[in-house]
Amino acid sequence: MEYRQHQLDNGLEILAECNPQAYTSAFGFFVRTGSRDETHDVAGVSHFLEHMVFKGTPNRTAAQVNLELDEIGSSSNARTSEESTIYHASVLPEFQTNVTELLSDIMRPSLRVEDFETEKQVIVEEIKMYDDQPPYGGYERIMSEYFGDHPLGQSVLGTVDSVTAMTPEGMMKYFEQRYSPSNICFAAAGNIDFERLIEDLDRCCGHWKKFSPERMKEKADYKQGFVTMHKPSAHQQYILQMAPGPSSEQQIRYATSVMSAIIGDDGGSRLYWEFLDSGLAESAGMGAYDYQGSGAIMTYICCAPDQAQANLERLTNLQRKICEEGISQKELDLAKRKIASHIVLASERTGSRMFFIGGQWLCEQPFHTVAQIAEIYESLTLDQVNEALANYPLDKNMTVTVGPCDNLTAVA
Amino acid sequence: MTTQQIFHHTYDNGLTLVAQSMPWLESAAFSIAVPAGCRFDPEEKLGTANFTCEMVQRGCGEYNSRQFIEALESLGVDYNSSASLYGTNFGGAMQSAQLHDALAIYADVLQRPIFPEDQLEDGRMVCFQEIAALGDDLAQRTLRHLRLKHYGSTDGRNCEGTVESVQSITLDDLKAFYEQCYRPNGLVIACAGKLDWEPLKRHVGNLFDGWQSKPDPEIIVQPAQHGVHHIKHESEQTHIAVAYPGLHYAHEDYYLNRGAVGVLSGGMSSRLFTEVREKRGLCYTVFASCSTLREKGAVLCYSGTSNDRAQETLDVILEELKKLAQGITEDELRRLKVQIRSGLIMQQESCRGRAGSIAGDWLHLGRVKTLDEINEKINGLTVKSINEYLAANPPRDFDVVTLGPQPLELKEDGVSATPA
Repeated sequence: MEYRQHQLDNGLEILAECNPQAYTSAFGFFVRTGSRDETHDVAGVSHFLEHMVFKGTPNRTAAQVNLELDEIGSSSNARTSEESTIYHASVLPEFQTNVTELLSDIMRPSLRVEDFETEKQVIVEEIKMYDDQPPYGGYERIMSEYFGDHPLGQSVLGTVDSVTAMTPEGMMKYFEQRYSPSNICFAAAGNIDFERLIEDLDRCCGHWKKFSPERMKEKADYKQGFVTMHKPSAHQQYILQMAPGPSSEQQIRYATSVMSAIIGDDGGSRLYWEFLDSGLAESAGMGAYDYQGSGAIMTYICCAPDQAQANLERLTNLQRKICEEGISQKELDLAKRKIASHIVLASERTGSRMFFIGGQWLCEQPFHTVAQIAEIYESLTLDQVNEALANYPLDKNMTVTVGPCDNLTAVA
Repeated sequence: MTTQQIFHHTYDNGLTLVAQSMPWLESAAFSIAVPAGCRFDPEEKLGTANFTCEMVQRGCGEYNSRQFIEALESLGVDYNSSASLYGTNFGGAMQSAQLHDALAIYADVLQRPIFPEDQLEDGRMVCFQEIAALGDDLAQRTLRHLRLKHYGSTDGRNCEGTVESVQSITLDDLKAFYEQCYRPNGLVIACAGKLDWEPLKRHVGNLFDGWQSKPDPEIIVQPAQHGVHHIKHESEQTHIAVAYPGLHYAHEDYYLNRGAVGVLSGGMSSRLFTEVREKRGLCYTVFASCSTLREKGAVLCYSGTSNDRAQETLDVILEELKKLAQGITEDELRRLKVQIRSGLIMQQESCRGRAGSIAGDWLHLGRVKTLDEINEKINGLTVKSINEYLAANPPRDFDVVTLGPQPLELKEDGVSATPA
């Protein structure tokens, strides 16, 4: 396993983990842009643009892009979040140059009007699909309530109205403000020929013009409160909470992610024993969400509507009890073993390595190898984990509930 | 393509161990398929297999419920369990050094469950939660209803059962189901990853040596209820699911049908994606896939789309399905072959994926297909062979389930939906 790094003259970063033993290779363009970088008049443009990237360039029609992705047997996709847009493909190593050329080409999309209008309909269908899926807009709502006016509170998908009103010109303007090569990284993992990768990327992307995109990274003013979304047609009640957590620059995020695994991962955690083993809830979990400059710890419970108020009380009592008593050494030791095992399993997939490398670049962190990450977790002490717990009290939160109940109340 | 090292051994009591050595990994995974699926649930007690699966993990051997989970966690096992039509499955992935210890824990689950009375109601609550979870998953509900109609109430049933049926299940029912269905004969333990075959074979032999084989339970298979069905629901989208007869995994022509379905729904240039989503923008999700039972198969299609465009979506899907009978092209087959080859190799990366697929192979075929063998089958596919298959077996006899505010019509046949 060899870690390689190169930067093109226009600022495009190339990062790779080369493993000649690997059977496959994974590649991805990581762009530091997402819904937090949008102005209100183009809400949802990052995600819509992600779709349009597959709709053709001056060199290829939309149909040709799809055909070529299939012709090299790629497993490809894209995703947009609050602060990143990622385009990725996994292929057999023999197709490295093909996939590099193809991904590079589609990163300069044409945004043709006819394609734009058809794809708009697909986005509207995607928004409606999520409207029918739990937690029925609860995630978007808690992000906007918790982050308030801060750009991290902006929805990734946008709304049917904002997407319908969008124009190719508005999207191109956004593209020209965000897709600078200096704001993009190309990450690769697997059986990579790195010298050839540099040549290919220099040929395909070397002419991209560099400019200086900016991002507002000030810390958000986190809000607390209790919000009810009444959804009579839902079967279950969904409870979401966001409490303050570390940002992606803070070292304490490692201790925080261990703390959240101990309290809320899907087996053997505090939430598991309180809610899942007993069948009091359908699901219950917790995770740390770190962003540049800000962060949150999200707790999620789904249960029958008639158990929701009692579960809210159980949850609050549990949070307060954990804060008072702290985490035990036994819990930390178990969590470390699980994490070590998880790191090994994840490291064996080239796709997850590629995401890991690109993910570190996205939040402007130095590269860590698998062994270094394993070491960071292994060396965490009980004091550090309990410090995270003390820094981020879970019961001081924004709560959003969605479902048939319209009379749930915050726990005093 | 890499050479595979696959081993198997059937012990005297009928239990089979099958393993693939993947020495380049640091991890290992197991997949245990107990021949105790919901197919064997008593008609009036649907959900028994699923409830039994829950209860055997709430105390076994020397472990109580909490100790069982702590034992797995201290080994760093990422574990799961579920009941399915034919079997109850227990799986886990971990660092390879822990594989033997993890299997020893499951030897207790399978042979020495305690069925503690004080865990019964908690276990029942978990089963209720699983039923409730389906209520809000509209795509799953539509597809599950389609399976029920297309395969009938035995082979198409939901493992979760209903609130009423689960309410009626007693501890004695669970023990009786366990006694009848949990047995070594027909049980498969599949392992994949960094492992040594001979020590593994000895270890598993020691763990399950004393377990006696039992006669296979008999069941009566209920017939299908073909046709068009609608589930009324006030949703933003209408969910559409279509089934037509296909081939089961063990059928000699399986890959001809698999190839045809790959053209319908293999990649981004596939016909359904192109016609329904890319050209018309009718949906975000559309797919077709091969579904297989032991002795029959089906092709299942799904899309979710705005209510006012749902009829058009169903029309376009059915048109594409019928058009398939006219055959596929050389270009389509060429793309398909690369995709399948690439997918097969990518699957090699994960010991968890491999353990699951070699267990499945053993259950359906009584052996494991090697990559070379599948590759040879795929390379041997020709446009002529697929088109001959399609001409003889054109997609038809569609069963349709829709979920949404309004029923849809199968226009050509003038059939409209009956309330489901």
